[in-house]
Amino acid sequence: MKLDTTGLESALPLFGANCQMVDGFTAAPAFELPTTLDFDGFQKEAIQMVKPAKGTTTLAFIFKEGVMVAADSRASMGGYISSQSVKKIIEINPYMLGTMAGGAADCQFWHRNLGIKVCRLHELANKRRISVTGASKLLANILYSYRGMGLSVGTMIAGWDETGPGLYYVDSEGGRLKGPRFSVGSGSPYAYGVLDSGYRYDMSIEEAAELARRAIYHATFRDGASGGVASVYHVGPNGWKKLSGDDVGELHYKYYPVTPSTVEQEMVEVSAA
Amino acid sequence: MSRFSPYDNNGGSCVAIAGADYCVIASDTRMSTGYNILTRDHSKIYKLADKCILASSGFQADMKALQKLLAARHLIYQHQHNKQMSCPAMGQLLSNTLYYKRFFPYYTFNVLGGLDNEGKGCVYTYDAVGSYERVGYSAQGSGSVLIMPFLDNQLKSPSPLLLPAQDAVTPLSQSEAIDLVKTCFASATERDIHTGDNLEIVVLNAGGVHREFMPLRRD
Repeated sequence: MKLDTTGLESALPLFGANCQMVDGFTAAPAFELPTTLDFDGFQKEAIQMVKPAKGTTTLAFIFKEGVMVAADSRASMGGYISSQSVKKIIEINPYMLGTMAGGAADCQFWHRNLGIKVCRLHELANKRRISVTGASKLLANILYSYRGMGLSVGTMIAGWDETGPGLYYVDSEGGRLKGPRFSVGSGSPYAYGVLDSGYRYDMSIEEAAELARRAIYHATFRDGASGGVASVYHVGPNGWKKLSGDDVGELHYKYYPVTPSTVEQEMVEVSAA
Repeated sequence: MSRFSPYDNNGGSCVAIAGADYCVIASDTRMSTGYNILTRDHSKIYKLADKCILASSGFQADMKALQKLLAARHLIYQHQHNKQMSCPAMGQLLSNTLYYKRFFPYYTFNVLGGLDNEGKGCVYTYDAVGSYERVGYSAQGSGSVLIMPFLDNQLKSPSPLLLPAQDAVTPLSQSEAIDLVKTCFASATERDIHTGDNLEIVVLNAGGVHREFMPLRRD
């Protein structure tokens, strides 16, 4: 099984022949692997020790005006909340977004790699932007070659290319699905409930944003591993634009404001017998 | 027959706080293994560039290897670009360096502190495999679960993801931030066995780098 290292190759050798200074640092674009008889056992122990941040809710759907993408911002390491302000919607390039679910480092690195190396190289080599189909396929192929090595990536690639809006789900098992609506993460069942029941193809941008925001809010309400700030992005023909970022604690009181209730029975002092 | 483990945890805690025009990076100086203290004055703080300081807790051998690698990469950068690396650039370099060892991780929990291109304080916090984020303050290491809630209480700043955006640097002055850090470590030392002995505080601002020490409980 040969690892797909197309995303790791450095551009330096293309620039000049006198690169002796950097040999040893950029010569071999490979991941260092531990020399052990039991690779799987080692990875299992290493991951326990490292405890990568996961637990999340992300969603994306296609509608008349483009693609709506939303996510929470909590990162948990076991039971400890390591951050409430993680950027789970990654801006691959000005017209393509990726969402992060699973291992935070895995998603961050591979999306960054996709944007900087893979997509930009394609643009420079072919003088046109890469399509969402192409970008998601390249990412899926790279992840497939690392299948079984413990990467944890559950991502959606959303963008607008020449064929219109595009949305793909890609995961670290090597799966790649094209679809109109996806939600990924530990909070996804809750988000699907709200999203599926409120979805219509011909919504306006504001209605779609409100649906996405409410779906994330409800997921953060019921899922302990989701929380923080609900971010909503819209991808249109001119690229993506961030529409809102709201603290879910404040969204709660916006959706369920505190109403003063009428007092039924007042407690009175009882004199000692 | 227990299998050989290439890792060990040498304990300790690191903290960094970003201010409007300064950055405070601090760590204790105790190095331990299991219940034994190996030394009381081991520095976990390393200056990578003029405006960029790394503090790492965890496995100190991996920390040493990481420091050497980053220092070498920085030297190459200086030769190629005729200038020092900025803190955001070093932040991404550290993230990539950590991720290249994704299948045999550096067992280090890092905090990178410094000044960004505009002279404002910046702090980047990492997990062991390279996921990173720019924040206003952070704690890593064995005492982090004790220190972080306290910093959240004192410094909690609006999330950078909110729209309209709100600034993430702390409104504290430099001396207030230093006092806060001393309080954090004094408390963490009480309740974490791996934290103590001495506190090393490094302050980075437009005037340069300033280092001070404070004794902590040695028990």
